[in-house]
Amino acid sequence: MKEYFTQLYIGAKSLLVGLGVTFRALLHPAVTVHYPREKLTISPNFHGHTLLVKDSETGTHRCIVCMQCDLNCPSNCITVVGEKREGSKGKTLTAYHLDFTKCSLCGICVEVCPTQALDFSDEYELAGFSREEFHYNLLKRLEEG
Amino acid sequence: METVGTLPPQLLRMILSAVVVIAFVFMNGLLLGYLERKLAGRFQLRPGPMEVGPQGMLQMVADAVKLIGKQFIIPRQSSTTLFRLAPFLAFVPVGVSFIVIPLSSKLQVLDLDMGLIFIIAVMAFNMVATLVAGWVSNNKYALFGAVRSVAQGVAYEIPMLLSLVTVVLLTHSFSMRAMVLSQSHIWHVFMQPVAFVIYFIAGLAETHRAPFDLPEAESELTAGFHTEFSGICFSFFFLAEYTNMFFVCSIAVTLFLGGWSGPPLPWMEYSGAIWFMLKVYVLLFIMIWIRWTFPRVRFDQLLNFCWKYLTPIALLNLLITALVVKL
Amino acid sequence: MTTNNGNEKRQGFYLNMGPQHPSTHGVLRVLLEMDGEYVLEAEPVLGYGHRIQEKMGESRPWKGFMPNTSRLDYVGALICTHGYIGLIERMTGIEAPLRAEYIRVITSELNRISSHLLWLGAFLLDLGAFTPIMYTFDDREQILDILEDVTGSRLTYCYFRVGGVNRDIDATFIAKTRAFIERLRSRFRIYHDLVTTNIIFIKRVQDIVHLTPDMAMRYGITGPLLRSTGVGYDIRKSEPYSVYADFDFEVPVGTSGDCLEVYLVRLEEMEQSLRIIEQALDRLPDGPHLAKTPKKLPLPQGDASFSVEAARGEFTYYLVSDGSEVPYRLKIRSPCFSNLSILPELCRDMLLSDLVMVLGTLDLVIPEIDR
Repeated sequence: MKEYFTQLYIGAKSLLVGLGVTFRALLHPAVTVHYPREKLTISPNFHGHTLLVKDSETGTHRCIVCMQCDLNCPSNCITVVGEKREGSKGKTLTAYHLDFTKCSLCGICVEVCPTQALDFSDEYELAGFSREEFHYNLLKRLEEG
Repeated sequence: METVGTLPPQLLRMILSAVVVIAFVFMNGLLLGYLERKLAGRFQLRPGPMEVGPQGMLQMVADAVKLIGKQFIIPRQSSTTLFRLAPFLAFVPVGVSFIVIPLSSKLQVLDLDMGLIFIIAVMAFNMVATLVAGWVSNNKYALFGAVRSVAQGVAYEIPMLLSLVTVVLLTHSFSMRAMVLSQSHIWHVFMQPVAFVIYFIAGLAETHRAPFDLPEAESELTAGFHTEFSGICFSFFFLAEYTNMFFVCSIAVTLFLGGWSGPPLPWMEYSGAIWFMLKVYVLLFIMIWIRWTFPRVRFDQLLNFCWKYLTPIALLNLLITALVVKL
Repeated sequence: MTTNNGNEKRQGFYLNMGPQHPSTHGVLRVLLEMDGEYVLEAEPVLGYGHRIQEKMGESRPWKGFMPNTSRLDYVGALICTHGYIGLIERMTGIEAPLRAEYIRVITSELNRISSHLLWLGAFLLDLGAFTPIMYTFDDREQILDILEDVTGSRLTYCYFRVGGVNRDIDATFIAKTRAFIERLRSRFRIYHDLVTTNIIFIKRVQDIVHLTPDMAMRYGITGPLLRSTGVGYDIRKSEPYSVYADFDFEVPVGTSGDCLEVYLVRLEEMEQSLRIIEQALDRLPDGPHLAKTPKKLPLPQGDASFSVEAARGEFTYYLVSDGSEVPYRLKIRSPCFSNLSILPELCRDMLLSDLVMVLGTLDLVIPEIDR
């Protein structure tokens, strides 16, 4: 009989303590951010999709069409297109296709690049109506700014 | 004007009451739904609905419009008539119970001698609706929900009634109006705190509120008895649940918390109704608060708690009260 | 509770739980034979999330499988990657600098805490408590912010490299992590009040099932589930990898193996992880974070295996190489597969509500089972 009432007492007390926790939360300001109106600052180290870096000296990309990223990509989502041009050494980049629908953001392409021509963007708001919207041409993106 | 004049005043009163009651049920559903979601958000450190209207106030309206616009799907091999009927079975009794609720000394549709018995009887009808809804859905999860609901309802009616009877012993009347008037000196909650607590717990179980929300237990039965209901029919269950909550709380206020009584406010004539609503909504707040704090009990634990704790204590409480009143 | 002992034919009806069910945590399907609300037989049906991960590992150079490893157990992705990187390092004989190993331990333990926090929230959600998951996510979000800053991702990290880690940690990382340790320690109080002492919670989880060491070993159960039975088997202690041997921490064990013990073991593990992180931060050595590795690194002929203690148990990679860069055979042993296989035996003659609770206790990540 005694245990019956101690159980009742302990149980009721634990429930009231629990209610206390949620009540304190009620008075606590919300921790969430009102997303489309407020935005958090994204870490500069955030890995979005890759992009071609604009070299501050030459004002253009540093890609030498060595195809390392293309070959090393585990998801086969990079296609580098270059052509031999008169008057310049090696090949010149004409298109850098990134199929972002397949990319898993491992960063291997950024690492293998001998000229540090690639970097991650900080774009995280990605939404589109078709797959094709995520087939990026990074060279075009660079030229358009 | 002429036609209105020729109608008997009793009939006019009935029509008006019906309109007011139905309007109130919908408004209460909207308000309580909003309150629940907003408070749920605040308990969880998030703001809750914010987008539709200022502070998300029109969110429930938007949801209602969405639900009305949705297709009503009737599962194959279910009993079509009963499937259509079930939401209304849930919804109609809650409107009827409104007749005896004394919102203030003047605002009451009809003061029945048997007010309390009437309201309890009508509210128990909700269980039938749940059973029908779960049974005819031709879905095992829904059936589980229905069976649970009936077992739970039957069990918890007992401590609920036992705790209410203690108040009847004190007031010598079943009339809701008399209940309020008898508390002019002291509220019954101070004389019968145990009965009040038992009634409130049983009320949570009656209305299928967490931690006793077994008929709908989301993580176990997906959505319980209303798994197969969609669109407007789903919203009827939803409205019925909120209105039932309102009734459970308004009975508590009438019987234990002094009904409409309270210090007069600047709006003298309406202060009774304002006090009544205020008390009801405080109790509703506690209901919501409990829901967003506790885990769900298991089914056998629910029944054990009823038979081993609530019923004996309520019975003991009743016996003691009866003795004291007699002496 | 037991209806009978199998002498007579039991007649039940079938209930299909999943693949779309709120508490199967993904695309798991459990076929239940029921008698009223009692479960007579439970049969897990797998394969809804099968992605041929092992074959993918065998069809590309080993480097290309790195991003995949974080998609196996995506809740504890870093630990999962740790196993694969450790395997390659063991095969090729490359050693990561000490600083890199310390960084690996710190980030792995952070990831373990975030995994346990997610489990805590989801488990309580299975029990019908909606609010705790928001609190645990609030804490988990802090970890994700810390890890995002150094790894660049929030969930499927690809941070560890053969010979070190991708990016060095800096002073802000250390300061943030220390602040987080403080914060989480104060938050345990809330979980204690809201959950651990709650009578409804205790009644729901205590003494429902008793996992015995014998049963656990028959099914190959590892991780907190095994430790709750009293067997103190933790790879970090019994077969230390990386620099875990340098740290002073305890392996929490239970006694009775019921679900409450599993809960307490997991909670205690979070505190131990905090201890490890603190020690690692205190003793963080200077030096490079990435060793120089040759560009082309073929795997020497032969086989090797590497086990790590993931948040859910022993995670083992076994690789057979024919001397090329592409593995000949890659076998992954994931803890959840074994942990789930005990379900039919554990859940015989049990209420449906308890089955949902036990399923929550197992802490399943379905894509890790299906791979």
